[in-house]
Amino acid sequence: MKRTILMTGAAAVAALALAACGANNNPTAPAGGGGGSTASAAGGSITVGSADFSESQVLGEIYAGAIKAKGITVTTKPNIGSRDVYIKALQDGSIDIVPEYTGSLLTFLKGTAPSQDPDAVYTALKATLPPTLVVLDKSTAQDKNSIVVTKDTQSKYSLKSIADLTAHQADITVAAPPEFQTRQQGLVGLKSEYGFTPANFLPLKGAAVVNALTNGQAQAANIFSTDPSISANGFVTLEDPKLLFGSDNVVPLMRKDKVNDTITAALNAVSAKIDTATLTDLVKQVDVDKKDASAVAKDFLSKNGLG
Amino acid sequence: MTWVADHIGDILWYAGQHTLLAGIPLIIGLIIALPLGWVARRYSKLYGFLIAGSGLLYTIPSLALFILMPLILGTRILDTLNVYVAMTLYTLALRVRTVADGLGAVPDSTRQAAVAMGFTGMRRLLKVDLPLAVPVIAAGLRAAAVSNVSIVSVASLVGFPQLGYYLTDGYQRTFPTEIIVGIVGCVLLALIFDTVIRAGAWAITPWQRVAR
Amino acid sequence: MLNSIGGWLTDPAHWTGPNGIPQRVLEHLIYSGISLVIAALIAIPLGVIVGHSGRAKWTVSLANSLRAVPSLGLLFAVALWLGPKIASSLAYVIPSVIVLVLLAVPPILSGTYAGIQGVDPAARDAAKGMGMRGGEVLRKVELPCALPLLLSGVRSATLQVIATATIAASISLGGLGRYLIDGLSVSDYAEMASGAILVAALALVMDGILSIVQRTAVSPGLTGKFRNTGDNRPVVTTTARGDASDPASPTDRADDQREALV
Repeated sequence: MKRTILMTGAAAVAALALAACGANNNPTAPAGGGGGSTASAAGGSITVGSADFSESQVLGEIYAGAIKAKGITVTTKPNIGSRDVYIKALQDGSIDIVPEYTGSLLTFLKGTAPSQDPDAVYTALKATLPPTLVVLDKSTAQDKNSIVVTKDTQSKYSLKSIADLTAHQADITVAAPPEFQTRQQGLVGLKSEYGFTPANFLPLKGAAVVNALTNGQAQAANIFSTDPSISANGFVTLEDPKLLFGSDNVVPLMRKDKVNDTITAALNAVSAKIDTATLTDLVKQVDVDKKDASAVAKDFLSKNGLG
Repeated sequence: MTWVADHIGDILWYAGQHTLLAGIPLIIGLIIALPLGWVARRYSKLYGFLIAGSGLLYTIPSLALFILMPLILGTRILDTLNVYVAMTLYTLALRVRTVADGLGAVPDSTRQAAVAMGFTGMRRLLKVDLPLAVPVIAAGLRAAAVSNVSIVSVASLVGFPQLGYYLTDGYQRTFPTEIIVGIVGCVLLALIFDTVIRAGAWAITPWQRVAR
Repeated sequence: MLNSIGGWLTDPAHWTGPNGIPQRVLEHLIYSGISLVIAALIAIPLGVIVGHSGRAKWTVSLANSLRAVPSLGLLFAVALWLGPKIASSLAYVIPSVIVLVLLAVPPILSGTYAGIQGVDPAARDAAKGMGMRGGEVLRKVELPCALPLLLSGVRSATLQVIATATIAASISLGGLGRYLIDGLSVSDYAEMASGAILVAALALVMDGILSIVQRTAVSPGLTGKFRNTGDNRPVVTTTARGDASDPASPTDRADDQREALV
């Protein structure tokens, strides 16, 4: 018995000693310097990434397809993760382009977004970006974070805006992706702007959030405004008078050292062709019809003469 | 079912990745376990230390080990090396004991006969002890293979592509077909590993095939 | 990096509130404990019956083949299936517990079966010779003799359950897995690694406790200490595998049965 404890202790010490070896760097931090992509700069190849929700993946595939149609080599890295993860990937050069949203990105970088006006938000975003990153033209298509409730909940508490939730917060469970807990456009902002703290929080991803709402496990959820489930289930989007969730236009975010005229032209053409209705339909094809994001993207590009 | 047919290319690619992530550590773990098991057998003082050390290892839940690997290896969180090393450690943790016990299961009379015939040290190990230990080692290897296939699927939570991708994606999209593909794929892969190891053990132990 | 992890672990804010370490440890232990108790209630009687009568061995094989099914897949599948049927937040707890029980039953069943099966026939004979009836033989002789392997199965099951409860955080379950999953989603390595260290520590502590239980609960007569050295015959003969290794103590040999987990 004593020997086993001794052996175990020795092994633990050995493990800690080993840990000290690799201990200095943060495994999730971006790699130093120009990153790996400079090696491929000569060949002009581009990596397009996307976040861990279907709309981002479709947009990523569309960007990739449009660039490819111009004769540039493209690889895709879909489904990377939340903004925290893919921004790091962008900064360390693992990816060069990612679809983004003006208001959310601005809030993420600066803590607040100034107004509802898309142009004002866009201008403020351009001013806030670090020098290594740029945004191209924004699209008219908008997809905002929103707080959504079922029709029953809305009539039960006579809800009109998010502010009305606060009075009933002891009965409300919120379902949202895990990062919602620490975001300004999340529980943090809901508390500071509306004084709202839900009784319970269910950290779930993707369609599981919608399921939690439809199955009655949550009374309110964070669902993107283009999500087809909102109209399909008769959900009600609560108003946002304090503009916590601002305006969110789709915009390509890319590394400055990868920008060239061909890519800019290709992506600006794409942005011009996407509006909110189109975007909603694209998401529906992936989420409801269970088509692959790449197939949906290909279809969109050929229909619009972009690929 | 048409979905499976349409995506069979992707499914096979993920299955291939899964095979590498589960299989390579199996081989490397066994190779490292052989000398360690022999040492544990030979020097009984080290036996306790090695077994306690490996006991420590397979107590750690896999997701935790995948996440802690960058700390020990100095890698980035998405480097596949993390999975390879973690899986090798798990395989090793089991194999050391099984190799030691397998080598110990060689009957004394056989060992003495080998010595009498002039087999010394290394030759005896390679020509007598190890071959006779194969059944026990193979049995343990099969169990480790099945276990490895299941553990590797957890790596999809961190973002490593393999069959587990269909599990996380299927849940996120409420797409039961994908989850079924993931589960069936893992079970089939485990079955394949099991069969291959059994066949291999059968092939290198001709004396067990002699009619009884 | 070790500094930020140390900082995260020593930050007093992380030790209070619903997302604090004590709360998460408690949740983890509760889910694990409930599942283990249920699994034991199913597996131990079943193992005794199968080991005693020698029939229905297919139940043990079936249970063992369940190990090939990826636990993450089981979790997601059961959660999707039962989600619409349960209206409260138990919609995630119940599938988790079901899966945890499903994963805990095979090791306990296997261990119990092997233990009962491996009881020295001589001991059984002696008991009958002393006039004990079926139930008494079971209680006073077979179960105590089977205890090392049974407890080994419980140890294996405990580690499996703790590990699976960790990944159940991906279907919103509480417990220590929350730190790993939430940390992953915002790429906060300090949180992730701290959670991982806590989970590993919990597993090691529980295994250590069960190891002590295993040593103290097993009857001293079975440890081989009082072996009759005259004819070199071990007290407990073979495990279910029938390997002919040195007569180590049954507790050590029982550890052979343990397998790697999720």
